[in-house]
Amino acid sequence: MIAAYLVLLIPLVGIVYFALAGHKTDTGKLNVWFNGICLLATIWLAINVLNQGTIISSGKAFLIDPFNVYLIVLTAFVGFTTSIFSSPYMEHEKEIGKLSDKRLKLYYSMFQGFMLAMYLVLTSNNMGIMWVAMEGATLATVLLVSLYRTPESIEAAWKYFILCGVGIAQALFGTILLYYAAVQIGDGENALLWSVLYENADKLNPEILEIAFVFLLIGYGTKIGLVPLHNWLPDAHSEGPTPMSAVLSGLLLNDALYAVVRNKMLVDGATQSNMAGYLMMGFGLLSFLVAAVLLHRQKDIKRLFSYSSIEHMGLMTFAFGIGGPLATFAALLHMTVHSLTKSAIFVTVGHAAQLAGTQRMDQIRGLIKTQPKIGWGLLIGTISIAGFPPFGVFTSEFLVLLATMHSYPWLAPLLLLGIGIAFAGLFRHIQPMVYGDKPEAQKPIKANLWPVTIHLALVLWLGLAIPGFLAHWFSQATLLISGSTPL
Amino acid sequence: MNIEQLDFYTQAILSMAALVGLTSFLMLGQGRLLRLIFVFAMQGFLLTLTTALAAYSLNNHHLYISAVLTLVLKVVFIPWMLRRQVIQMNMHRDIEALKNNTAVMLGGASLMVFSYYVLHPIVQSSSVVMLNALAVSLSVMLLGMLLMISHRQAIAHVVGFMSIENGLFFAAIVATNGMPMVVELGVAFDVLVAAVLFGIFFLHIRTSIDSLDVDLLNKLHEVDK
Amino acid sequence: MGDQLMNWLIAVLQTTLFVVLAPLLAGWLKWCKCHLQNRKAPSLFQPYRDLLKLTNKQPVVAEQASWIFMIAPYIIFSATVLAATVVPLIAVNLPTSASADVIVMVGFFAFARFFLALAGLDIGTAFGGMGSSREMTISSLAEPAMLMAIFTLTMTASTTNLSFAIAHVLNEGLVLRPSFVFALAALVLVAIAETGRIPVDNPATHLELTMIHEAMILEYSGRHLALIEWASQLKLMLYGVLIANIFLPWGIAETFGVQALGYGLLAIMGKLALLAIFLAIAETLVAKMRLFRVQEYLSFAYLLGLLGMLSHIILEASR
Repeated sequence: MIAAYLVLLIPLVGIVYFALAGHKTDTGKLNVWFNGICLLATIWLAINVLNQGTIISSGKAFLIDPFNVYLIVLTAFVGFTTSIFSSPYMEHEKEIGKLSDKRLKLYYSMFQGFMLAMYLVLTSNNMGIMWVAMEGATLATVLLVSLYRTPESIEAAWKYFILCGVGIAQALFGTILLYYAAVQIGDGENALLWSVLYENADKLNPEILEIAFVFLLIGYGTKIGLVPLHNWLPDAHSEGPTPMSAVLSGLLLNDALYAVVRNKMLVDGATQSNMAGYLMMGFGLLSFLVAAVLLHRQKDIKRLFSYSSIEHMGLMTFAFGIGGPLATFAALLHMTVHSLTKSAIFVTVGHAAQLAGTQRMDQIRGLIKTQPKIGWGLLIGTISIAGFPPFGVFTSEFLVLLATMHSYPWLAPLLLLGIGIAFAGLFRHIQPMVYGDKPEAQKPIKANLWPVTIHLALVLWLGLAIPGFLAHWFSQATLLISGSTPL
Repeated sequence: MNIEQLDFYTQAILSMAALVGLTSFLMLGQGRLLRLIFVFAMQGFLLTLTTALAAYSLNNHHLYISAVLTLVLKVVFIPWMLRRQVIQMNMHRDIEALKNNTAVMLGGASLMVFSYYVLHPIVQSSSVVMLNALAVSLSVMLLGMLLMISHRQAIAHVVGFMSIENGLFFAAIVATNGMPMVVELGVAFDVLVAAVLFGIFFLHIRTSIDSLDVDLLNKLHEVDK
Repeated sequence: MGDQLMNWLIAVLQTTLFVVLAPLLAGWLKWCKCHLQNRKAPSLFQPYRDLLKLTNKQPVVAEQASWIFMIAPYIIFSATVLAATVVPLIAVNLPTSASADVIVMVGFFAFARFFLALAGLDIGTAFGGMGSSREMTISSLAEPAMLMAIFTLTMTASTTNLSFAIAHVLNEGLVLRPSFVFALAALVLVAIAETGRIPVDNPATHLELTMIHEAMILEYSGRHLALIEWASQLKLMLYGVLIANIFLPWGIAETFGVQALGYGLLAIMGKLALLAIFLAIAETLVAKMRLFRVQEYLSFAYLLGLLGMLSHIILEASR
């Protein structure tokens, strides 16, 4: 349990420290250290959970089980690699005069604030605190989206703030309804604890929980970026600093989905029907298809990949909605590989945009000729995210397709269609950027592509063979969520 | 069950629910920012009264803390902050011409009916009073959203946002006698931070587009032009 | 038989009280307002003196005036007095109020207003016609709101008879009803509009182009004017009593003993005095609004009435 407290404590110290001293020259490296120690702590926590099974803290405030511990490690890992990338990126931004000392303080402090909120969402056993942390994540990142203070970035941040704020209010209403159902069967103080609710799920009033789930799905669904509540996502991703886009896409969306799945587990227990699943499938599939189509109409490279994020989150929501062991396993795997790939892509995109001095895709040209590392990184990342074998995304998408064929065969053509449209949408934009002629004045820049290499290598590894301990881990989580194992 | 057979507490709660709903409607039709903020403060005050009433009649001490928190946050601090912003930016004489006011009002009424419809299944498992309280708070939330849609000033958006929070708070107090203290404190903290952030945002929006009319925030599109 | 006679006597007494006390209420209202506005107040009984003086003067009638102009003041006054018989002032369960309900009362008001508007048109002056047209516009908007508010009450009491309804509220004890809060607010707004007070109309001036009630009676003089003035004072009191006795009926006599009736009289005078103070404060604080905003004001009153009705059906209904 100490490990869990450590995971929460380190970013807390980080917030305060960086708020005071975030402008110093080596802050970026220090940020890497903070995240690195946090990663070690999460690994320690994961080993504990793997050995002992589910851990509940003494006051029942925190719950660590196989499902969330794997997400905690993933969060820490993506946070760590992003901080490695962010260090030179932010220095470059400071050098070209885009950011002042004050904003750097804000950036590093809120980076840690965001990490804290993410860890709190994942570790909290209390559904109310989970909501508070989720809202906290919005509050922490909203000023980062408008970090550059351009009219566009302020507009994006305002949209992000208002839409997510209003959206997440629905989730609080759902949580209140959940609590209302829970106090009818038990004592008030423990009635929001997930572990308590899960044990008594069959006693909860199914009518109330059905209504509650609709609100919860709308609320957290806004954060996942489900269509039609996705408008904030491309704006926030495209206007903020790139490391922020990487963590938003790789972590925030996952954690929102995590919250939905946690609630779905309760609702399924109470209603004994697949109502929650159908809702998730519907919204997921809609997001998947709409985002795939919208990929074709983008001009901004970061917006392009934000729509790709919406598409993949839709697919995951759909897979969790199907709900069988195979689909759940696939969704968990997809969560992992998507996080890794997408944050790698955003890191490369960040470098590419710095290289070309713009985010407009028709002005980014000849990456491979100017700086082959960046060009290849972007190309391989895109191949991976589009679902080509042998990368992990292919495996997970294939599994989702298999599960769909098994349970709802008539939906499989729609999925295939979506994957095809998305593939075309990505490649028609990427191809000229990577190849194409090199503009005159374009010069290589200082870039750190280690995070990208590590992420893509991991995704490749997951695509070729899932290591034993990870497979064991996934199947434990699958057992928890769906009630049986796929293997 | 007729109303005269209910106890006094329940009657009072129902009256409060009705009044809170009314304040939402008043906000919806209000084009003057200062009056809008005043009505919002009134709504906060009604919430404080409701909380204090619940605390008194249920003899629940932690609800007194929530009542004080609501008073400080929703009746004093946020209205004061918004008011100061309006006066600083010299907008207190502006009257926003609301488009389709009648349609918006009718829309508000249908949203209220809709929230009753949505929550109707609840009545099987609990009392009519709970249905009413929850439905009113849901409609306060929906009316808050409608307020944000129908007004163009950023300050009105913030008022709408905060009144959504009021609706949630009303549900929490009436239906469940308050959430656990730690959650309530967390939510209050979030609201406070959000209020401060909004203040910062007004400044940024003002410096970037020289107005607080959010219709002018229209540079980003779903599909790039 | 003796009881019956006694009841009728009390009913006549109550109506007489209405007629006699109405100028006093107007005087008290004026007195309060003067004090609030730092002016020297006329005596409480000034309205009586005014009425007396007007009655003694010879009326001057325009040459074009038809018989309608001549009889209108009498019809207006008597219709208002008849309306007063329906409203319980100091006691409930009287034979007059049992024979007619609240819709009849609204009907009497409408009747009086119809003749007032006709009289305004009759002479053919610009002001008279303008006043009549405005009066009809306002009343056509105010009446639905008023009926909506009163129906809320009558649905609660399951009767449209004012006397029985008040008795019902009285016997129920203190019940907080959200619908009554809305109905009260709606009725107050309507009462202000119907009796021509600020912010809808200003009773104290003949100079504004926005006048409504005064515009219609500009041509009247002498005893005709006295009757119309008296009728409008009576109307103000009627609305006051309606508000006071429906929403706060405590004190009204349910039996016909001398003591009960005395208490009833004291109670209603106290309530009216308080209401008048509130009205005076409101009139001092609020400015008159533009004529074209009156419809907004009245539609708000209607909205309140509607909300009252809805909250009666939704919040208080038995299921």
